[in-house]
Amino acid sequence: MKAEQTQLNRAFTDNRKAFVDEWLANLAGGGWDGGAQSGGEDLAERAGEMVQLLGDLSRSASPDIAGADGAALRQNLETLSKTFAARGLTSSQTAAFVFSLKKPLFARLRANLQSDGAALASEIWKATEFIDALGLHTVATYQKSREEIIRRQQEEMLELSTPVVKLWDGVLALPMIGTLDSSRTQVVMESLLQRIVETGSEIAIIDITGVPTVDTLVAQHLLKTVTAIRLLGADCIISGIRPQIAQTIVHLGIDLEGITTKASLADALALALKQSGFTVSRPKA
Amino acid sequence: MNERIPILRIGDYLLVTIQVDMHDQLAVSLQENLGEKIETTGAKGVLLDISALDIVDSFIGRMIANISSMSRVLGANTVVVGMQPAVAITLVELGLTLPGVQTALNAERGMDLLRAAMATEGGADGGSGS
Repeated sequence: MKAEQTQLNRAFTDNRKAFVDEWLANLAGGGWDGGAQSGGEDLAERAGEMVQLLGDLSRSASPDIAGADGAALRQNLETLSKTFAARGLTSSQTAAFVFSLKKPLFARLRANLQSDGAALASEIWKATEFIDALGLHTVATYQKSREEIIRRQQEEMLELSTPVVKLWDGVLALPMIGTLDSSRTQVVMESLLQRIVETGSEIAIIDITGVPTVDTLVAQHLLKTVTAIRLLGADCIISGIRPQIAQTIVHLGIDLEGITTKASLADALALALKQSGFTVSRPKA
Repeated sequence: MNERIPILRIGDYLLVTIQVDMHDQLAVSLQENLGEKIETTGAKGVLLDISALDIVDSFIGRMIANISSMSRVLGANTVVVGMQPAVAITLVELGLTLPGVQTALNAERGMDLLRAAMATEGGADGGSGS
């Protein structure tokens, strides 16, 4: 057994604690500044775990991270890069964490194979390939978890920015904020129509004060929403059209005929109340 | 065809409630039956309740428009009530905006619309349509 021990395995397992320390020292020496963000002591523990797993895997003559033996190590790396991604470390910091393994590893290989130059070269090549595979896997996972975070934030924003509020008995309002694209309009349309049916409201006000620009596509989305609301048997008022947007609409030649538009939400509410037969008055003191 | 959509008469109005999945043949026969019924009863209004309809295609969408304009030609105001949000979105995406079709959120509001329409037409009763 001892005779078959690979050089890589020997490098990883001999005096593991010192190896971890060398690794982390190399990391710090290289100006790696992710330590504070990733939690110092926690990092040492993780590094220790990783070196142990590396030692296990390197027992085979051709360690392969993609294989069945590499599953534990893969998982370890994935957790690590996910934590890094969640804590806001950059991708180069994440990659540097793995690649800084090379220096202490090569130093050990050199010490162990001092007399045999050819064997040293081939072992170093093997080690490089191995560490590169580790690094690539880590970065790939890092990227994936970053994308997941972005996607989740997008979804949250989508839901956050489309609240349907009840202004009065039978009057709903939808204050729209941000740029309107197809998927957002779809969500907006669905939630508004759903609420109209649930509450039996006769009038819906779409307020576009928070929409920075209106182009033909946005106008078309608005027209669709208004038509769908009309099909349900309710009425729709568009409010919050700023002077610049009114100009743009006219310049683009968008036809808003048949749609009630008002400059402000207050005007729209006043009209809605009037249409549903309410009168607002100030009692004389 | 065993399946038929019932057409109920309530006073001056006809009530059509679609409770089953609409298929093309059913829509065509509904149009025919409704036409006859309006003629025989002399109804002044039709309430078309589609609240149970949750899937439409372009044909059914067009039939809804056709039924409503046919009834109007026969002298009966038509109100389509209870359209589901998903149906409304589908119709809009299909480009069927049903211009000229009156809509209401539920049967009660639809009835109010019909009564209001009849009150304004009250003087010229029987003059329109035929």
